Amino acid sequence: MSANIVYAILVTSLATFLSRFLGALTSQGIKKTSKLFKWFNCLAYATLAALIARTIIFPAGVLIEASYYSRSIVVILSLFIFFISKKNFVYPTIFSAICMAIINNHI
Amino acid sequence: MINKNFFFKGYRSIFTHDSPAIALTCCFIAIGALFKNLGFNIQESIFSTVLTYALPGSLVMAESMLIGASLLNIFLAVWFVNARLYPMAVSLFPLMMHKSQPKWKYYFSCHFIAISAWLIMKSNYKKIPKEYRIDYWIGIGTATVSVSVIGTFIGFYFSEFMNKDMMIGLAILNPVYFLCMMVGASKTIQVTLSVLLGIILGPIIYLFSPEWSILLAGVIGGSIAYLVGEYNVS
Repeated sequence: MSANIVYAILVTSLATFLSRFLGALTSQGIKKTSKLFKWFNCLAYATLAALIARTIIFPAGVLIEASYYSRSIVVILSLFIFFISKKNFVYPTIFSAICMAIINNHI
Repeated sequence: MINKNFFFKGYRSIFTHDSPAIALTCCFIAIGALFKNLGFNIQESIFSTVLTYALPGSLVMAESMLIGASLLNIFLAVWFVNARLYPMAVSLFPLMMHKSQPKWKYYFSCHFIAISAWLIMKSNYKKIPKEYRIDYWIGIGTATVSVSVIGTFIGFYFSEFMNKDMMIGLAILNPVYFLCMMVGASKTIQVTLSVLLGIILGPIIYLFSPEWSILLAGVIGGSIAYLVGEYNVS
């Protein structure tokens, strides 16, 4: 293993573990019925939703090569499948990958 | 130590009909392929998946390495991107705390905090006795990490057989899966509003502050949702 890559991996894992560990450490005094817990719950859901929206609208990596319209069409169609399949997670997920590959190949 | 019944119950929870296993595997296939393109070997790729176990963090590391960023830059960039794990941990661990369980289990298992495992636990914790929730959680975490390692392995070795369209197809799968899970979890006014505001504010704030957009959208959107929810209750 090359030293640079190993150091980068170690630094990445340390930065990631820090947030997790601090969360576990500070959550010890928090009751699940408390207002603070409810607030953090809202923060967590809003943060995740923001991350997902950013990934779709301003993607990084290979997804940047798909157009904004093709990404939007796939997400809207997948949500439609999610609702008509009685909120099954697997069908829209598999559909999105196939649909994206097809649309990107033809548009 | 760890209660085997609840551990395996947690482990099996990712093999249900609406399991995240397929989506998670596909996401890590894309990561495995990315690592190979970056010049990682298979050991480094697996090492990274096991130790980091967070897709956005791995992506940021890969992008930073591409532009030759320093270790300090990588640390700060990953820390900002993964700061979302802090509220996720704070909103999950109180549900699993029990005085009969040793503290090391909580410190060890915080490594499993990631979107998929977090959402599975949030959906199922009420079905598990509080004393054994931590064992169930360790089971979920072990299963999701195992699936991630398998995905990375497949992605690393099969990337040369996949064309660009297939890679793009795999890349959209992750946000779509998590979006469906978030919509599925929106059962109270606070959670629904948090998700909606996060989706709206995340991209808007990104236009002004890309580095802080996720955290700011989370804090602003989550706080508004919390206040609206509390006002409605009172």
